[in-house]
Amino acid sequence: MSRPPVSSPFTLSRNSFGRLVLVGADGTAHDGVTPIRAFAISAPDDGIALLSAEGKELQWIENLANLPEASRALIIDELAQREFMPAIHRIISVSSYATPSTWEVETDRGATSLILKSEDDIRRLRGPGALLVADSQGIHFLIRDRKMLDAHSQKILKRFL
Amino acid sequence: MTTIDTLPQAWQGELPPLAPDEQLIAWLEIDLDDQLAFRPGLIALTSYRVLASGDNWVSRSLTTTLSLAHHDHAGVGTLELEDSSGRLARWRYTLGRNPAALRFEREFTRQRDSVASGLPPSPAVAAACPICQMPLPPDEEECPNCARELHTPPSTWTLLRLWRFAEPYKMQLLAGFLLTLAATAATLVPPYLTMPLMDDILIPFQNGKPIDTVKVAWLLAGLLGSAVFAWGLSWARTYILALVSERIGADLRTTTYEHLMKLSLEYFGGKRTGDLLARIGTETDRINVFLSLHLLDFATDILMIVMTAIILFSINPWLALVTLIPLPIIAWMIHIVRDKLRTGFEQIDRVWSEVTSVLADTIPGIRVVKAFAQEAREAQRFRDANRHNLEVNDRLNRVWSLFAPTVGLLTEIGILVVWAFGIWLVGHDQITVGVLTAFLAYISRFYNRLDAMSRIVSVTQKAAAGAKRIFDILDHVSSVPEPANPVEMPPVRGGIDIQNVGFRYGNRAILRGVDLNIAPGEMIGLVGHSGSGKSTLVNLICRFYDVTEGQIKVEGVDLRSVRVADYRKHIGLVLQEPFLFFGTIAENIAYGKPDATRTEIVAAARAAHAHEFILRQPFGYDSLVGERGQSLSGGERQRISIARALLIDPKILILDEATSAVDTETEFEIQSALNNLIRGRTTIAIAHRLSTLRRADRLVVMDRGRIVEIGQHEDLMAKEGHYWRLYQAQTKQLDALPALGETLPAMEVAA
Repeated sequence: MSRPPVSSPFTLSRNSFGRLVLVGADGTAHDGVTPIRAFAISAPDDGIALLSAEGKELQWIENLANLPEASRALIIDELAQREFMPAIHRIISVSSYATPSTWEVETDRGATSLILKSEDDIRRLRGPGALLVADSQGIHFLIRDRKMLDAHSQKILKRFL
Repeated sequence: MTTIDTLPQAWQGELPPLAPDEQLIAWLEIDLDDQLAFRPGLIALTSYRVLASGDNWVSRSLTTTLSLAHHDHAGVGTLELEDSSGRLARWRYTLGRNPAALRFEREFTRQRDSVASGLPPSPAVAAACPICQMPLPPDEEECPNCARELHTPPSTWTLLRLWRFAEPYKMQLLAGFLLTLAATAATLVPPYLTMPLMDDILIPFQNGKPIDTVKVAWLLAGLLGSAVFAWGLSWARTYILALVSERIGADLRTTTYEHLMKLSLEYFGGKRTGDLLARIGTETDRINVFLSLHLLDFATDILMIVMTAIILFSINPWLALVTLIPLPIIAWMIHIVRDKLRTGFEQIDRVWSEVTSVLADTIPGIRVVKAFAQEAREAQRFRDANRHNLEVNDRLNRVWSLFAPTVGLLTEIGILVVWAFGIWLVGHDQITVGVLTAFLAYISRFYNRLDAMSRIVSVTQKAAAGAKRIFDILDHVSSVPEPANPVEMPPVRGGIDIQNVGFRYGNRAILRGVDLNIAPGEMIGLVGHSGSGKSTLVNLICRFYDVTEGQIKVEGVDLRSVRVADYRKHIGLVLQEPFLFFGTIAENIAYGKPDATRTEIVAAARAAHAHEFILRQPFGYDSLVGERGQSLSGGERQRISIARALLIDPKILILDEATSAVDTETEFEIQSALNNLIRGRTTIAIAHRLSTLRRADRLVVMDRGRIVEIGQHEDLMAKEGHYWRLYQAQTKQLDALPALGETLPAMEVAA
């Protein structure tokens, strides 16, 4: 058991290699810091850890809102670069209702296609109607609320649930 | 040589013109932009620059300080172009393109080094896959990596694929069919006999003629005869076909299981036990019932309908036509409802495996459930799964329950129409009363069959859904495929050559650029934090998985080119959690070599220091041990599994945390057992306690998927690097570790 590093003043900056640099309370600088959401799906803004390049926890942030503006922006920016969970807005078509099936979808990041290997790769999330679809390459697509999709998409989706 | 022509169509005209002496060396199609939105892009490498698409093409000259870094996270790969001053560009892509990206990176490094040194780059290697640019394995035209990605969905005619299993029983099936034909014909005789009974006997009698007893006797005998005949034939065909379908079901089950056994660990890792149990158990049974009962009935029904139709038309075409009117309506209804039912049944199957999954989850974990007093919650989970099952069933039944009565109603209406039209025809002297009775007798059978036929829809859909799930397993190609033209395994001495091996599981890169040459008879200790890739490396050496990049050679032969079983018989594996099968201790020891003599078994047990405690068991070597070997302690089970590994006399021995689950004293016992095992074999041992590995010839220290240090204990300690830190941490930990119940002074107790 180890204690989380106590919240202490720290400064974040970005160097010319595009990596985050954290200077802790004791003045040591850590290059290549990565922010990680502890509860990536259930509580994305609560509990963010800053890890060193070696994977050691340097800083624990209870909530992003409590951070100074500059640091928060840097973290949000870095998280946006790391996180890739396209949210499906519309299912245009599927190659078959039996898996493996290739889906043509529209996401918040543009249109793409994904291959669903098995129905087991659709995970029900806690929220009402929220689903996580893992494709064959391990990319996770989010469906925020399946009841909010258009009728056509819902009809397709229902066949897989 | 890569040329402009090899570029994907879309990019051929796009690439900015190259200088006359400039050549296109490599290219990479990317599918994400810098904001991680899906957008196609291209990076190209020429003799002296890197070109990247965008709103405008960006060009960077190759210089010695330029470097290309590659990393990936959560399904997204990143290439970063850097020089000494900082990052110049960054490109993103989804992981499907990772092999191509890695190849691009290699080409980049080669080309840059050539520009730096002024020497021409070393020539490119073997033919590459056109999709992922991975080098193709010799004498194979299809890239194994991409072929695996080819996802052809199963056809809707899945049930026809069952023919593969039916074929060996062709003759019996033919006999069954002929019997069905005859039996059906026999059942159609009685209504035909009602015609003369009515017209020649009853109606003349009403008109005052006496009853012709002889004729009545003949007709009644005919009725009885045809009934008995039909009975005999039906019995024969039901028996033959049930026999056949039972065999087909059994073949299907065993074939599926055999196939399942051949699949790689990757497959089992991604499946729930309950689901697999349901597929092999319930689904095969359902298909079986379908074949033996429903398909048979269906065939009979079709025959019956066709024959009845022929008879009806031969008696009176007009009345026949009227009789058949509801048929197309029913056919249309079946068609409409079919889709709804099929999806519904697929859904029910999935929900059903959800129910079994809860069982498969909680029963093995029952100790944990009870220890944390979560029985109520698990019961609730089961209830929820069942409720879900009910919901889906209810929804389906709503459609289904409407369907059957509607067919019934149509039947009644049909009969009504026949009555009305029949009476009209009789009234106009077109037909006799006998013909009308015969029609009504036929028609009630006819519609009865039609009603039964409509039920076939649901069972066919159920069976098709089941067959699909079975073929899902059968169609799954092992990700550790048997080579098409296996190379003979040369005599194994135990030398293993790991060359630039990378491995990825899902979207996580677990191993990267691992190089290791293990000499025959050498003992290697694998050391590192948990999650550093030790077990994965061992799994790759066992060929439980195939490497994603690079290769592993044993005696100079790539593991992928020899038969899996030929290779594995040279491997002895002792795991942290020894698994004992239900059976006697002797059977468990002889698991890898079922024909071992008793002397061999005892010798192996002795060497494994298991002999004495085995003798203390009630029936010695014949004592039964359970599924998880409950009656034996952890150390005892471990020693049995060591004996199991010893008995097959493997040239390569793998100890995956073999001693970490037992106490120090038992570890000592096991250690001396292991020392017997290690002698003269190539040994790869993973151990958490570093002290266990001090006898290793070389220690290989791993950290986050890479080898960071190799050497002997003393050297590595002197180096004060990774190993030294691990060792320090462990010895310090032992002193500093609080005893159970004791808290560190600085630690706050969580509320």
